[in-house]
Amino acid sequence: MELYAHTLSALRQQLEQGEVTSVEITRSVLERIAAVDDRIGAYLLVDEPAALAQAEAADARRAGGENLSPAAGIPLGLKDLLSTKGMITTCASRMLENYVPAYDATVVARLRQAAAVFAGKLNMDEFAMGSSNENSAFKLVRNPWDTECVAGGSSGGSAAAVAADECIAALGSDTGGSIRQPAAFCGVVGLKPTYGRVSRYGLVAFASSLDQIGTLTKSVADAGLLLGEIAGHDPRDSTSANLPVPDYLAAMEPEVKDLKIGIPREYFSADIHADVRDAVQQAIEVFTGLGAEIEEVSLPHTEYAVATYYLVATAEASSNLARYDGVKYGYRVPDADGLIDMYRKTRARGFGPEVKRRIMLGTYALSAGYYDAYYKKAQQVRTLIRQDFEQAFSRCDLLLSPVSPTPAFKIGEKVADPLAMYLSDILTIPVNLAGLPAISVPCGFSREGLPIGLQLIARPFAEDCLLQAARHYEQATDWHLKKPEIAEGEK
Amino acid sequence: MSEQISREQVRHVAALARLEMDEEELAAYGRDLSDILGYVAKLNEIDTSGVEPTAHVVSMETPFRDDERGESFSHEQTLKNAPQREGFYFQVPQVIE
Repeated sequence: MELYAHTLSALRQQLEQGEVTSVEITRSVLERIAAVDDRIGAYLLVDEPAALAQAEAADARRAGGENLSPAAGIPLGLKDLLSTKGMITTCASRMLENYVPAYDATVVARLRQAAAVFAGKLNMDEFAMGSSNENSAFKLVRNPWDTECVAGGSSGGSAAAVAADECIAALGSDTGGSIRQPAAFCGVVGLKPTYGRVSRYGLVAFASSLDQIGTLTKSVADAGLLLGEIAGHDPRDSTSANLPVPDYLAAMEPEVKDLKIGIPREYFSADIHADVRDAVQQAIEVFTGLGAEIEEVSLPHTEYAVATYYLVATAEASSNLARYDGVKYGYRVPDADGLIDMYRKTRARGFGPEVKRRIMLGTYALSAGYYDAYYKKAQQVRTLIRQDFEQAFSRCDLLLSPVSPTPAFKIGEKVADPLAMYLSDILTIPVNLAGLPAISVPCGFSREGLPIGLQLIARPFAEDCLLQAARHYEQATDWHLKKPEIAEGEK
Repeated sequence: MSEQISREQVRHVAALARLEMDEEELAAYGRDLSDILGYVAKLNEIDTSGVEPTAHVVSMETPFRDDERGESFSHEQTLKNAPQREGFYFQVPQVIE
């Protein structure tokens, strides 16, 4: 097996035993990107000299006898909304096409400190707004399993890069399903931690009460290792939780005992694709075999989650994106007639259609006379959705469901119907509204050969329990070992 | 709260959001907004009287820190991404006629 095809866990061991160097791994990954990314479109930026220099530095630190953490020397991909000092960070938007951050996001700084290697910046929906990666201002991401299908979004580049072995693991962000849904569509593991588990400092904001950084990896063990690198309190993010970070790898090892898993009845409606239903049903049987106790539960406000989300998220987005005014950074039109005209033209030309649509909706929901009817109402329903989960978790340790009602859909299939696109996130959105941790794990394939994802949801800050259950499921199955066949181009 | 929103309302919202739009765009965004607002009107099916709104899922108190001088960015770092600058200032189009 080529080096690029290995997991983070495997490469970490090989590095520690001196069987391989970071430079060798990094070269392998960079060659893989050069060979396949024309067909996938996962990367917006690859900086080969910088990556190789980081790899050399990691090898030197290891040779110097330093005790390094798991990500040391491992080539990772970063979703292009994570600020990287001195490295262009675009959010896949014309607005930030030439923006070079003056500082690192906390997660990036931590990984640098850990001697990780950054292969490059990954494609996404513009400002993380989308479910198919078709909203990137620069290019499409294609699904490595079927290049006529979407990779999902908004972390589509992150999921596709991991699935196509164009990086060993990646970071993404999840506001309404943006890690879990593309992970499911591309057949990789996607972890959205509890709101507050990981610092958001330097994450370009979309909806601040929902955004959370997380991981896309080739295995559950890799997710635990990478989460351990980025989790923990950060004085620069006052919403980051001041709680100890467990050793997730150790937490995953013990056998699952007395695990109570709830199956939310509302997540298995008639709209769920038959192949998805079958795959998830089989996963439930695997958990039964592992000794878990399964019981049906109800989350009665599920059908209101998408409506709630599209008011809360767009209201926050319209406020967050007010900063793009052509003054301090980003795009500015050259031909404005006065200050207000400069704002209006800059924003009209700098933002793409979906971003404008959400700014318009959010502005409307917050405007005088409509605030109570829309924004406040949505916040009240958000309370009811949280309470649904609290009820369920008074009886269960985990909840289990599909990630997405369908496997990956065709490119272009939903672009003309924003509402249909929004509704495809029905099973992931409630988790963000409640701030809970959840993971997407490969659990089978559709008849067309497209991956299907299983979602597990846990109590706040119970990532250890989530990872433990997901790890034992993964060990009992071999879905995560399947790889897409991607034709390589001329080297 | 389900309503078709008028062209004038769309124009007003676009002005609030500082987005220039031509008539064609006003019509298109107006249609999308009406569709989406029609959908979110389903929230009215729920009686929320007496329900506290959730602005944030983490219950937290305002964190304080000591008032100490820290590192800050230099003028050059701060102005590096400015579309237009003059000396140590961000330059904008004329505001006062």
